[in-house]
Amino acid sequence: MNNGINVSQIQRFGALYIASARLRSMSKWRTIIAAVDIGNPLFYLIAVGIGIGVLVEQGSGTTGTNGIKYIAFIAPALLANTAITGIMDETVFPTIEGFKWRKLFFAQNSTPITGRQIALGVYLAALCRALFSVSVYYLLLLAFNVVDFGVSFLIVPVAILGGAAFGAVILFAAAKIEKDDQFFNILGRLILMPMFLFSGTFFPLSSMPIYLQPIGWVSPLWHATELGREAAFDYGISNLMVWVHFLVLATLVVVGIVLSMRQFEKRLAK
Amino acid sequence: MSNPLISVRGLTKVFGDFTAVDGIDFDVAKGESFGLLGPNGAGKSTTMRILAATSTRTSGTVQILEKDPEQFGPLVRAHLGVVPQQDNLDNELTVSENLYIYGRYFGLSKKFIKNKIEELLEFAQLEEKRNVKVEALSGGMKRRLTIARGLVSEPDILLLDEPTTGLDPQARHILWDRLFRLKEQGVTLVLTTHFMDEAEQLCDRLVVMDKGSIMAEGSPAGLIKEYSSKEVLEVRFGSDRNKEVAPQLATMCERMETLPDRLLMYTEDGEKLLEQITHANLHPTTSLVRRSSLEDVFLRLTGRTLIE
Repeated sequence: MNNGINVSQIQRFGALYIASARLRSMSKWRTIIAAVDIGNPLFYLIAVGIGIGVLVEQGSGTTGTNGIKYIAFIAPALLANTAITGIMDETVFPTIEGFKWRKLFFAQNSTPITGRQIALGVYLAALCRALFSVSVYYLLLLAFNVVDFGVSFLIVPVAILGGAAFGAVILFAAAKIEKDDQFFNILGRLILMPMFLFSGTFFPLSSMPIYLQPIGWVSPLWHATELGREAAFDYGISNLMVWVHFLVLATLVVVGIVLSMRQFEKRLAK
Repeated sequence: MSNPLISVRGLTKVFGDFTAVDGIDFDVAKGESFGLLGPNGAGKSTTMRILAATSTRTSGTVQILEKDPEQFGPLVRAHLGVVPQQDNLDNELTVSENLYIYGRYFGLSKKFIKNKIEELLEFAQLEEKRNVKVEALSGGMKRRLTIARGLVSEPDILLLDEPTTGLDPQARHILWDRLFRLKEQGVTLVLTTHFMDEAEQLCDRLVVMDKGSIMAEGSPAGLIKEYSSKEVLEVRFGSDRNKEVAPQLATMCERMETLPDRLLMYTEDGEKLLEQITHANLHPTTSLVRRSSLEDVFLRLTGRTLIE
């Protein structure tokens, strides 16, 4: 049984083959991706950061934001949100498409590639989009003098980690659902939007009533935002909380991707 | 059969309380063109997905190239080309990009794939479409591309699930011609179909499936010989009279099937039988004498037609 195909090589690199095919598909949408991922947060940064920032700083100076300019205060949150929405686009759509709309995963699974590798490949390609968008966005933040040169670059991996945590969980959810009719509505309006508003994005989470704060606690965006603020400027959270934020995000990544890989394999073998 | 490429024993697949495949056995030899013929819902596609080493079975044994596909999925799939019932090409990519990325999934080198693409584009008669996005192709072209894609790794076995369903007659004939070439090159073909003419054209040997079970096995000619007469006389008397005259006609032939719109009379000599009918002063509104086909075999075995 030998036709020159090296199966052990595919077992090692299969996820990368899938990721590279995904990147090829994504590259067909590069203009739109760049416009959405860079433009959208840039609008928020200008409208809210500068516009509302004036009001905020006239009212209370920077006492509410631990001494940080308002525009700088929201920048790490917008960066993490860019990673989250970008990774969501590149996990949810390809997954539902792959299983249901165009059944591309079944084609991929007809080769030596396994369901686990498909899950991992889709995920890795989504992280590549986040890496691209977040890096460009970070350069803009530097150019506009919102953050300083130096250790602030750490907000890039932190934002990607936040996106990765959300993406791993949403990848599993997308692979799990069989009926997608209401999925996008629920995802956009009942998960993404509240998460964006109530994760300490535009104000510290502690300024919310206590019964609304749990939305932030379970939100990867809040953990990534807090970590990002600590990385970009000395925001003053304790070392313990730095570890808590990091471990929550890392746990979501690991649990989400393990569940996703299992679910992909299971659903393809039906 | 010594060392069959595919060996299936007691294969069963149950979804919930529905038994899709119910204990089937068959072998496929190297270089053979083997068919699973049956109506929709007979369990053909489920069987194909198990042969393709992608779906799990409930019980029974399957050996493909002497390996259990459930245990050695990637290894077995490295030797298979799969053409699914529904084209699952990447519409956003071009024709040659589709072939390229698929070749990469087999870990093939860029150089190998590049040469292979030329060969496959010629085979699929898609040379002029190489840089066209798949979404712009016709149904027949997409099918040919899907088949070409299945051949990119030079598989030992090509699995085709309903290869010409949904195509117009001309596109079907082009496709049959391509598949016939593969057969001549010695590629082992396993295909499912609910078209008896397709089975007759392409299969050296086939099994007739219905409701998850195998009803009969043999060559197309052998099956027709065993389960049907040489010729068939089809007569129509109008929908009301068909039933009226049926009992009288039944005594005049070896066997008869009453369909909603016509009566099928099985006989060795159709013209002679038609004369007899006319002599008996029964005048059908239309009549047709033809050779027996696999459709008649299926009707005999199940009491139903293939396409309902």
